[in-house]
Amino acid sequence: MAAPAASPVDTQAANTQTMTIGKALNNGLRAAMEADPKVLVMGEDVGKLGGVFRVTDGLQKDFGEHRVLDTPLAESGIVGTAIGLAVRGFRPVCEIQFEGFIFPAFDQISSQLAKLRYRTQGKLKAPVVIRVPFGGGIGAVEHHSESPESLFSHIPGLKVVSCSNPVDAYWMMRQAISSDDPVMVFEPKKLYHSSALKAPVDTTATPDPLHSSRVVRHGDAATIAAYGPSLPVALDAATAAQEEGRSLEVIDLRTLSPLDLGPVFESVRRTGRLVVVSEASSEVSLTSEVAARVQQECFYSLEAPVQRVTGFDTPYPPAKLEEHFLPDLDRVLYAVDNALEW
Amino acid sequence: MTLTTEADRAKHALTTMWTIRRFEEAVDDMFARGLMHGTMHLSIGQEAVPTGACMALSEGDYITSTHRGHGHCIAKGAKLDAMMAELLAKETGYCRGRGGSMHIADVATGNLGANGIVAGGVPIAAGAGLAVRMRGGSEVVVSFFGDGAVNEGAWHEGVNLAAIWDLPVVFVCENNRYGMSMSVDRAFNVDTLAERARGYGIPGVTVDGNDPQTVYDAVADAVRRARSGGGPSFVEALTYRWKGHSKSDKNLYRTREEIESWRERDPIAAFEAAVTGGGATAPALSESDVEECRALARDRVREAIRTANAAPDADAATLTDAVYAPAGEPIAGGTRA
Repeated sequence: MAAPAASPVDTQAANTQTMTIGKALNNGLRAAMEADPKVLVMGEDVGKLGGVFRVTDGLQKDFGEHRVLDTPLAESGIVGTAIGLAVRGFRPVCEIQFEGFIFPAFDQISSQLAKLRYRTQGKLKAPVVIRVPFGGGIGAVEHHSESPESLFSHIPGLKVVSCSNPVDAYWMMRQAISSDDPVMVFEPKKLYHSSALKAPVDTTATPDPLHSSRVVRHGDAATIAAYGPSLPVALDAATAAQEEGRSLEVIDLRTLSPLDLGPVFESVRRTGRLVVVSEASSEVSLTSEVAARVQQECFYSLEAPVQRVTGFDTPYPPAKLEEHFLPDLDRVLYAVDNALEW
Repeated sequence: MTLTTEADRAKHALTTMWTIRRFEEAVDDMFARGLMHGTMHLSIGQEAVPTGACMALSEGDYITSTHRGHGHCIAKGAKLDAMMAELLAKETGYCRGRGGSMHIADVATGNLGANGIVAGGVPIAAGAGLAVRMRGGSEVVVSFFGDGAVNEGAWHEGVNLAAIWDLPVVFVCENNRYGMSMSVDRAFNVDTLAERARGYGIPGVTVDGNDPQTVYDAVADAVRRARSGGGPSFVEALTYRWKGHSKSDKNLYRTREEIESWRERDPIAAFEAAVTGGGATAPALSESDVEECRALARDRVREAIRTANAAPDADAATLTDAVYAPAGEPIAGGTRA
């Protein structure tokens, strides 16, 4: 018996699978590699092992050792080599195993990768993607739980994004690889395999632009802006506040450089109150930048000073104490109360 | 190939070395007179290394260069007027005057860029070599760097990656004996920097960097090996910079006698003597040929200065251009950003 022709609904179902953030990143890498033979994956243990967090699982088996390169432990060499590949037409995706290991590559990223286009006025471009698992909450320690995204967002010439859900994980990976600018993708490692965050990803959908923030929950009492691993905390806070009759608007910043603060300004002009949440230390950070720009753009709308809920201004603490360091439901709600009762 | 007995090659080598020297002298002069800004790292005294090394390369081959990179740029075939315009911050410069002395890149001649970060270009050269190998090409990448780079982490990472992946890269060290004020005698615990090559399982040789012929021989040998899939090599060329490290250098760390002794080993004078019959072989060039090379170099540099000076200055109105890709630029494969 001949199979019935697929209806539009079936077609969409065939292109839509429910998956975790980690699997969505893996699928995004896979789709980009299928679409463009110039896309390469390189990094420590990314081949047979599939990466420490298994984000590159199966890619070397399917695309070969020449497109998924296991490198020695040499972050400066990895990023520098990727730049050389990129100026010669390839699109390398580097995995930095943990965010704390990125600093040997900081020179290549800030001195070369970020500046190459400007320095040569576009004669050379380096479309390199650097994937960085970041943030805490996995019972690890310093160098394995940190949030250095502000350092990179400070550098002109780099673009920086962070995903908080499987749909964004898939599309951000595809869009970052397609970008002609160097893009750093900060991936919330504690959410990689969260089954609670599993979501259907339609690979035929039209994604939002890479460098756009998004309102993910509407409300009118106060606004919470967050990104990456802090987004679920912000949403939990909004749910809890709803039970007390307070409706909070939640914005996923998504793009950290350039920031897309238009939706935040629009929201704050309605709510008059803003809480910014991030695991990173607060001093001279992305949360400082958001607060500064909101006071500049929304001065007469603010009913309270911008509140920030962040990691402390300390090195990352030992695993047993990390729950005190990371923004949690209570701290976010406390900040919301502060803003509302100002 | 013998540079000193074949007239065409002898002329090319001599003209290249004179062009580098005249270019550097002109830059020195313009800077001293306040006509040029920023900082300059001059390669006077080191002309034989880029000249010999680049003569071992073919069209399509690549180089990465250093903060002391004018010689590499010239030897690889750059246009002098676009170079001079770049140093003078003119819109007609290689990088519209934004790169300056330390960051000239010339895609047309395979110059992937000079680099203000010591050893910064070494892993980039490895990556360009990996790109060649992945495409199944036969091009070779020469990565120039100084003695100071050999102690930088990026150098070790880049050389090791090239070694384990058998990449077509030739690492050419211009050992001019000083990283600014730090002498190699104090910065290394090995007799020759080429010894470092053994630690990466690649061939390493130390040669007289003031003789374009010996530089050529060593680099040509390494290029042949690289082109035939034999992987990277390390060539250490011993030379000396006559001028200070940069414009602020008062030469407090070396003696007048030491500088004078190296000036007596002037690579250009020695080469002129060799090509006009100073050696055992028949002279390749006459005195008038030599004079012609000198005049050609002088005229080319003068013309470059004239052309560059007449060009429009880099425009502050476009200061924020090209930090990122233009929004409308087509993107290869996949989804648009």
